[in-house]
Amino acid sequence: MLRIHGLLSSGSEKLPGLNLTIRFIPGKMEEGKEVSRSVQESAAAYKIIQERFGTAVSALDANETMPFFEVLESGSWFEIALYMRDHAKLKFNYMACMSGVDYPAEGKVGIICNFQSLALLNHKLAVKVKCDRDGGCIPSVSRVWHTANWHEREAYDLFGMMFTGHPELKRILCPDDWEGYPLRKDYKVQERYHGIKVPY
Amino acid sequence: MQELERVGQGSVRVTRKSDKLVIVEKDLATEQMVLAMGPQHPSTHGVLKLECLTDGEVITEAIPCLGYLHRCFEKCCENVDYPAIVPYTDRLDYLSGMNSEFAYALAVEKLLDLEIPRRVEFIRVIVSELNRIASHLVAIGTYGIDLGAFTPFLFCFRDREIILGLLEWASGARMLYNYIWIGGLACDVPADFLKRVREFIAYFRPKAVELQELLTGNEIFVKRTYGIGIMPADVAINYGWSGPMLRGSGVKWDLRRNDPYSVYPELDFKVVVPDGKLSVIGDCLSRHLVRAVEMEESLKIIEQCIDKIPSSEGFNSRVAIPKRIRPKAGEVYSRAENPRGELGFYIESDGKSTKPVRCKARSSCFVNLSAMKDLSKGQLIPDLVAIIGSIDIVLGEVDR
Amino acid sequence: MSTTAFSQFSMPLLMGNSLNVWSEALVGFNIMGLPLGLIIIAVIPLLFIALYSLTYGVYGERKISAFMQDRLGPMEVGKWGILQTIADILKLIQKEDIVPTSADKFLFVIGPGILFVGSFLAYAVLPFSPAFIGASLNVGLYYAIGIVAIEVVGILAAGWGSNNKWSLYGAVRSVAQIVSYEIPAAIALLCGAMMAGTLDMQQINVLQSGDYGFAHFYLFQSPIAWLPFLIYFIASLAEVNRAPFDIPEAESELVAGYFTEYSGMKFAVIFLAEYGSMFMVSAIISVVFLGGWNSPLPNLGSFALNTWTNGPIWGAFWMISKGFFFIFVQMWLRWTLPRLRVDQLMYLCWKVLTPFAFISFVLTALWEIYVP
Repeated sequence: MLRIHGLLSSGSEKLPGLNLTIRFIPGKMEEGKEVSRSVQESAAAYKIIQERFGTAVSALDANETMPFFEVLESGSWFEIALYMRDHAKLKFNYMACMSGVDYPAEGKVGIICNFQSLALLNHKLAVKVKCDRDGGCIPSVSRVWHTANWHEREAYDLFGMMFTGHPELKRILCPDDWEGYPLRKDYKVQERYHGIKVPY
Repeated sequence: MQELERVGQGSVRVTRKSDKLVIVEKDLATEQMVLAMGPQHPSTHGVLKLECLTDGEVITEAIPCLGYLHRCFEKCCENVDYPAIVPYTDRLDYLSGMNSEFAYALAVEKLLDLEIPRRVEFIRVIVSELNRIASHLVAIGTYGIDLGAFTPFLFCFRDREIILGLLEWASGARMLYNYIWIGGLACDVPADFLKRVREFIAYFRPKAVELQELLTGNEIFVKRTYGIGIMPADVAINYGWSGPMLRGSGVKWDLRRNDPYSVYPELDFKVVVPDGKLSVIGDCLSRHLVRAVEMEESLKIIEQCIDKIPSSEGFNSRVAIPKRIRPKAGEVYSRAENPRGELGFYIESDGKSTKPVRCKARSSCFVNLSAMKDLSKGQLIPDLVAIIGSIDIVLGEVDR
Repeated sequence: MSTTAFSQFSMPLLMGNSLNVWSEALVGFNIMGLPLGLIIIAVIPLLFIALYSLTYGVYGERKISAFMQDRLGPMEVGKWGILQTIADILKLIQKEDIVPTSADKFLFVIGPGILFVGSFLAYAVLPFSPAFIGASLNVGLYYAIGIVAIEVVGILAAGWGSNNKWSLYGAVRSVAQIVSYEIPAAIALLCGAMMAGTLDMQQINVLQSGDYGFAHFYLFQSPIAWLPFLIYFIASLAEVNRAPFDIPEAESELVAGYFTEYSGMKFAVIFLAEYGSMFMVSAIISVVFLGGWNSPLPNLGSFALNTWTNGPIWGAFWMISKGFFFIFVQMWLRWTLPRLRVDQLMYLCWKVLTPFAFISFVLTALWEIYVP
């Protein structure tokens, strides 16, 4: 009666809607080389970005666990993001994650975005963008990747950096009238919230 | 003399007689109604609140409001040692605790560069695949309830009960396991565990078919889900969808295959994508079918693992667990394929402390749910329910 | 007067198929000028609804659904949980009678009442047995269809009076649904009425009696009768808000629909009304298409099964078991099928059931005219 198992078979490698073939990458370390293949790919992708933006980006930190570069001129982050998404050899169409981070020693807060060219080129790269702790601004990339919309709200909610150009920058996990930014290292929880004692 | 005056959305024409304004003509004023769906609502799967603007039964806009279950997971992580985070990860996606633990353990192991015994790897895969089946059973069962079919839900829970029993036998807990530790397992599985798992597989195969006959074989069920909430593949990727949601949109993307971890490269399984014969690619039915067929794939994975697993002789599940977990300075973003999609952990270590400087959980439900606003535009209320159900959210993971 | 009434009352117990003897005897049964017999006639359906709701409706449904779902159902109170319903009733009685502050109090209170009265009034024309019918109206069927529809007013009052958006949605959906489904339901019943040539419920039954049992039932009397039968059954599901047409109380969409705000005894009354109309529509379909109180067994030569199993007591037995059978089917469907969407429901009514009801109407008419 039901042959959904057969009908849903995944025979073809063609992607409907994308019309592109998947490149299958085993993701294993190559013998005798210092860096793995995925890091090499990240480095190649970084090179393209670096050629275009020059000093706006830092050198690549080609570590094994998460190769990343930093956007030094945070104002150009939006352009870099668009370039990363649309360049034919970059095609970072998938923002896996965006994490806010607090750097109290530098007096900065920042975001770390993990990108991948999902189902297209398959390379990965992480980007860091930092801004001042007090009143710092980072251009919003929620128009580039929809994923960034809620992640930026979350980063704003928990770290307090602003995202210029975000369609509705308001708190997402904490209540709208919460005080302070909970994930900052020097965060002190407020005494009372609507008459309720907060620290238990 | 005022000719036309807008009142609400209807218009009123007034004229002046002597010195009084008299309403000559009045259109029927229609107003949009704000409907707060949740936080207490049977089909928001927890404490999600959707603020819906409705025009009759049609939703013009549905805005998800989160945070009712926010438990500061990330702040907690910064205040406890690495191994102590494991129980917290259970409470993210409480329907698939094993998978969450697995993803977290992978991240820290990547940071520590640990070598894991093969038997540990296999047991991890077995328990997390079992948990994936349990989680999909809840997803499918509650989806049935969302659409008004009560019986499949209880069939699902009957079978899930057996899985929970097995996992309880292995770990001592039914949902919040704390079983997969960094570098190993809390303990080896009980002596007859694998035999019982095999028995379960034999029992469950026909039950899965029966379940699908009850749901996918039902005309009303298909009518309610076919072509509803269609998400094109490129938009899905742009929204960061992952897991069954992304595969439902026709993108053949499974981290177990495309970014393999643990022993998955050795295992043979299919990445399930709909082919558009039974459903419109990217609609609610596709997502449901992907989950349904994935259970079968998980059964296959478990069978292979049972065949390949090294024997338990002289096995110590804690042999590779470091005495003191203090990774060198660095960052890692590691992810695993959870029942609901990509669960990633971004962990930053300063090299000095036994606590992470930053531990961010990239929750699949959070990201999948963010598309709700677009998906719900112009849908009917029953379709909204169908769409929420097909996204299969667990609020513990959305709000963290 | 009273002596004759008593003799009339005692005689038919032993008699065969004489029509309405019990009820007519009861009508004349007065004590000191009090129409006690009339009161008894009125009380019998009420008692029946209450008893059947408690036993078959609540406990039965819970057990049936449990067995369909591979579980045990209520097991704690009494042996096999048979006292569970009593415990439920005790709980409901003890509950505080809550009227939300912002509710329209009059409508909120009167809603369940209208609902129950609507469902209860229909029992007046229900022939429980050849010897008993509340009121043998010559427009009985018409009355039954009409009076069941009064429930709409109760639902609307309850939904609007609750001052709750979900209740309002439920009420609006319910009204749209019931009013729409009245049409195919009525036309389908009209087919049965055409075959009988009368609207009197008792007469429709009488016309379906005969030696061959079930072969005399209208369902088997014409080759088209299954169509109005099916149409009426589907439409009746929608009229009493049973799955797959339970969208007015769709718990996953509208929390509980029009009775979201109700609790305690008011909730119990709504429940009772729902079970009341469930049996009512099942009884109507049995009367019109399945011979009501007639025994389905045929006379086979010297085994006069039909004759043996007919009579006032047997009649009541057949009537009630036929009704219960359809209620069982309703439960069966409820625990199997998902729920339709609102627009699909309306599509089914206007574009499928109504045209087919008209077709079956015309075909039945042609059959009645040209086939003797």
